[in-house]
Amino acid sequence: MLARSIHPEPPTDDLRWKPVIATMRRYGFAQHALIETLHTVQSTFGYQDEVAMRFVAESLRVPLSRVYGVATFYHFFQLKPPGEHTCVVCMGTACYIKGAAHLLEAMEDRWGIKPGETTPDGKVSLLTARCLGSCGLAPAAVLDGTVEAKITPPALLTDVERMSQRAHVRIETEAEEAVTA
Amino acid sequence: MTPESLTQVAEKERASSTPHSLQVCTAAGCVSSGADEVLKALKAEAKARGVACQVKGVGCLGMCQAGPLVAAEPSGHLHKFVTPTDAAEMIAHLGEPPTERLALDADQAFFKRQEKIVLENSGSIDAERIEEYVAAGGYKALAEALSDLTPSLVIKRVTASGLRGRGGAGFPTGVKWATVAKAAGPRKFVVCNADEGDPGAFMDRSVLESDPHRVLEGMAIAAFAVGAHEGYLYVRAEYPLAVKRLKLAIKQAERLGVLGRNILETGFDFHVEVRLGAGAFVCGEETALIASIQGGRGNPRPRPPFPAERGLWHSPTLINNVETFANIPTILRKGAEWFASIGTEKSKGTKVFALAGAIRNTGLVEVPMGITLREIVYDIGGGIPGDRTLKAVQTGGPSGGCIPAEFIDQPVDYETLNKLGSIMGSGGMIVIDDSACMVDVARFFMEFCMTESCGKCVPCRAGTVQIHGLLTKIARGEAGLEDLDRLETLSTMVKRSSLCGLGQSAPNPVLSTLRYFRDEYLAHVVDHRCPAGVCKIAAEGEVIR
Amino acid sequence: MSPDASVKTLVIDDRDVGATGDQTILEVAREHGIRIPTLCHLEGLMPAGACRMCLVEVVGSNKLLPACVTKVSEGMEVRTQTPEIKELRRMTLELLFAERNHICSVCVSNGHCQLQALATEHGIDHIRFPYQYPRLQVDTTHPRYGMDPNRCVLCGRCVRVCAEVEGAHVWDMMGRGSGTLITAELRTPWGLAKSCTSCGKCVQVCPTGALFEKGRAVAEMEKRRDFVPAILAGRDEGDDLMP
Ligand SMILES: Cc1cc2nc3c(=O)[nH]c(=O)nc-3n(C[C@H](O)[C@H](O)[C@H](O)COP(=O)(O)O)c2cc1C
Ligand code: SF4
Ligand code: FES
Ligand code: FES
Repeated sequence: MLARSIHPEPPTDDLRWKPVIATMRRYGFAQHALIETLHTVQSTFGYQDEVAMRFVAESLRVPLSRVYGVATFYHFFQLKPPGEHTCVVCMGTACYIKGAAHLLEAMEDRWGIKPGETTPDGKVSLLTARCLGSCGLAPAAVLDGTVEAKITPPALLTDVERMSQRAHVRIETEAEEAVTA
Repeated sequence: MTPESLTQVAEKERASSTPHSLQVCTAAGCVSSGADEVLKALKAEAKARGVACQVKGVGCLGMCQAGPLVAAEPSGHLHKFVTPTDAAEMIAHLGEPPTERLALDADQAFFKRQEKIVLENSGSIDAERIEEYVAAGGYKALAEALSDLTPSLVIKRVTASGLRGRGGAGFPTGVKWATVAKAAGPRKFVVCNADEGDPGAFMDRSVLESDPHRVLEGMAIAAFAVGAHEGYLYVRAEYPLAVKRLKLAIKQAERLGVLGRNILETGFDFHVEVRLGAGAFVCGEETALIASIQGGRGNPRPRPPFPAERGLWHSPTLINNVETFANIPTILRKGAEWFASIGTEKSKGTKVFALAGAIRNTGLVEVPMGITLREIVYDIGGGIPGDRTLKAVQTGGPSGGCIPAEFIDQPVDYETLNKLGSIMGSGGMIVIDDSACMVDVARFFMEFCMTESCGKCVPCRAGTVQIHGLLTKIARGEAGLEDLDRLETLSTMVKRSSLCGLGQSAPNPVLSTLRYFRDEYLAHVVDHRCPAGVCKIAAEGEVIR
Repeated sequence: MSPDASVKTLVIDDRDVGATGDQTILEVAREHGIRIPTLCHLEGLMPAGACRMCLVEVVGSNKLLPACVTKVSEGMEVRTQTPEIKELRRMTLELLFAERNHICSVCVSNGHCQLQALATEHGIDHIRFPYQYPRLQVDTTHPRYGMDPNRCVLCGRCVRVCAEVEGAHVWDMMGRGSGTLITAELRTPWGLAKSCTSCGKCVQVCPTGALFEKGRAVAEMEKRRDFVPAILAGRDEGDDLMP
C-alpha cells in the first residue's frame, strides 16, 4: 500500500477519475505526462476545471502555475464546459478561400456567438478547426461529429437549428476514443 | 521473427488473395462523403452472394472530390460517387467496366502524371493489417539494413539519394542523420514530426492513415543508423484516425517482431511511442515540439544548440517529417541511384501535395520534383473551374508565399520556389483564381500566425498583431501610402528578429503579395476599392472596430 | 556537455578579445566594456533569448543571433552596432510600448525602469504603431506587493527567479501570443497563492513597474538584484521537466 500513499486520492468518488489516474500511472506519474493527462481529463470531463488541475498538479508534482500555463497554451484544452451541441467550422486555407468566414458570420448573427463561445443557454458551442482534410469538399463544417461538405450559410443555420433541438446526446467522437484508447 | 519468416508472411498473404477485390477509400475525404456506409454495403452484398471478392478499406485514392471512391482489382477500374445502393450492381458485375455514372477514367492525367513513392501503397493496402504491408515488400528494407548493412552504410545511401527534409526547409536528410550519429550521448532519440500545422494540408495525415507502417519502418531504419533505441511520433490530436491506426500499427509491428525488443532477432531494440499534440501550430517547430513532448508549453528556444546535438531530454535527437521517413524504405529497397534519378539536380525524388482551392481535381498528388506548376494545375489538377482565370498558386501555407500566374511554367523545386519568394513547405498547394483578393489572403495567413504565435519573443508576439492591424486597415480602404511602407518595414523586421521559424516566416505571405500584387494593395489604399470585391471597404467617416 | 574552458579569440566591433569557449557573446562583451542592450536577460537566471534586444550580427551567419545565449567560437567576428541592428532594437522597443500601457509619468518605477532607460538610450521619442491598450486587471491582493500586467513586457524574469532561485514556482506564463499573461498558480489572486513565500525576488527582478512594492509613490520603486546567484547559467527551458 506504499504506492498509494505517495499519490493523492482522487478529489471525489466520481468514476471518471479512473482513466485520469490510469494515464498518469502509465507514465509512472512522471512530470512529462502532463499533456497526456490533460488530454484524458478533456476527453472524460469535457473540460479542465480547477479541481482536476489541482489533482493533476499534485499527482504529477508539477507546480500549479505550470499546469495552468500548459492548459491555456493549447487550444485543444477547454477551461469551460462545452455546450450540448458543437458546430465546428473549418477555417483552413481551402475552406477560407471558399467563403468559410461567411459561415462564422452567419453563426454570430443567428446565435450571437463567436468561435470558442457557447450560447448562454448552453445549447450550442461554436469552434473552428484548421483543415479537416476534406479540402475537396470545401467549405466544410462538423456538426456533432458529422461532416457537412460544401455547406452554405443558410444550410448551416438550418442544420444547426435542427441539431440544437435534438435531445442532448454526448457523442463520443473519434478523437475521444483515440485519446482514451 | 527472422528475415526469412518475414518472407513467409508475405507469401502467405499473397496466396490468400481472392480473384477479385474491391478497395474502398476510407481516408478523411471519402469518409466525409459516406465511404463507411459504402464499405459496409459492399461487404454485406459480397457475403450475401457468396462471391470470392475481398472488400476492404484502403487509404486515400487521391481524387477526394469525386468520393466515395472504389477501386476494383485486378481490373484497375475506378468508381466515383459510389453510394450504398450501388453495391448490388457492383458485386454482380465484378471485373466489368463500371457504368457511365460510376466510371472514373483511370487513364486521365490526374493519375498518369503522378509518380508514387510515398503513396505507392495508399489506395491499395488495408492500413490496419500489417500482413498487407509486408506482402507489398514492407519491412524488407529494415531487415536488410539490420542484417547486411552498417549504420554508416545506411547513412551513406540516404546521403547519396539526395533526399531533403519534407517538413518545409529541405535540409539534407543524410547530413542530419550523420550529425546525430556522430553526436555523443548514452541516449538518443528519433522523433517523427506529424504535427502537420499548415492549415490547408493533409499529406502527412493521409500517409499515416493509409500506410502507417511505412513511417514506422523509416523511423526504425533511422534509429539503427543514428544509434537510437527510443522514438516518438508527435501527432496532432485533431487526427484521431491517424492516431488510432498508428497505435494499432505499433502493436502489430511489435507482435511481428519488426519493432520493439530484438528486432528481427538481430539484437537491435527500438521502441516507439505516440504523443499527441494539443492544437498549437508552433509545436511543429522542432524545439517547441521537444518542449511539448516533455510536457511543457510549446515555447521554442534559440538554436544552436540544434536538436541533433541537444534535443529531447538533452540527448541528441533526430527529428524528421512523416514524408521524409516514408521515403526511406523505398530508397533502401530500390537504391539511392534510382531515387536520385528522379527530380532535379538539387531536389531529388517526389513531393506529395494537397491540391485545393480553385481547381477541378482537388486531392492528394505525388509528383516528381521539377515538374512545372502548369502540369500540376492544368494537367493533373484539370485547370480552373468556371470561367475564372488563374491568379496565383500558394505554397508553404502561412510560412510560404503566393506565386503569380506568370510563373506557371517554373519548375517545382526547393531553389526555384525560394527564388520566387515562396517555399516548398510541407505540401499545401492552394490554387487561387481572380475571385480572391490578395490583401485578404495575406490577412488570412497573418491572422493565423498572430493567433498561433507562442508569445515568447517580442517581434512575433507584438509584430504580428501590428501587421494584422495594418492589413485590416488596408483591407478597409482606410490606409495611406505611408502604411504600405510601414507594412514592409515591419514585415522585414519581424522576419529578421523573431526567435523561431514561425515569426521568421510569418511575414512571407505579406512580402510576396506586396511584391507581386502591389497593384491590389494600391487599389485599396489609393482608390478605396477592392478589385475582387472581397473586402468590405469602410464608408466615409465609418470608424474601425 | 562539459563546460568548454578552451581559450578563444574573437573580434567584437573591431576589437580583439579573448574568452573561454563556454562564455556567451554577451558575457565577453560585458567583460570588455562593450555595451549590448538586454531586457529578458538577467545574470544568474536561465537565459531565454526572448526579447531580441541583444541581437548581434556574426559574420558568416545569415541570421542575427541573440548575444545572451550564443556561445563564442574561435575567430568569430561580431558586430553589435550596425544600422540594421539599431533599427531592429528601436522597433522592438516601439512594439513593446504599443503593446501594453507604459505611461512613465504615473509609474512607481519612473526613473528606475529598464524599459524606459532602453527607450532613452535608443532615442525613442514617438511610437509608429497604434497603442493596443489591453486594460488588464491589476492584482493588489498580496499584502506587500502588487502586479500590474499592463506594465509587463513578458520577459519572464519573475517566473524564472521564482522557480530557479526561490524554488517556489508561483508564477508561470498562461495563454499564448499577444494574450500571454503572467499568472500565479491557477490564475489565483496573488494574496491567496499558497505557494508564495513573499520573498519578493520577483518584484526585485522585474525590469519595469509591473511588479511593485505597495506603498511606493510614483518614481519611488528602485530594485535590488544582488541576490541572484550565478549558478544556473547553461540550463535550458524545460529542464525542470527532465524525467
Ligand atoms: C512554425 C513551424 C511549424 C512547423 N511545422 C511543421 C510540421 O507541421 N511538420 C513538419 O514536419 N515540420 C514542421 N516544421 C519544420 C520542423 O521544425 C523541422 O524542420 C522538420 O520537422 C524537420 O524535418 P525534415 O528535415 O524531415 O523536414 C515547422 C517549423 C516551424 C518553424
Ligand atoms: S517567433 Fe513567434 S512562435 Fe517563435 S518563439 Fe517568437 S513568439 Fe514564439
Ligand atoms: S481547409 Fe477545410 S478541409 Fe482543408
Ligand atoms: S537579452 Fe537576449 S534575447 Fe533578451
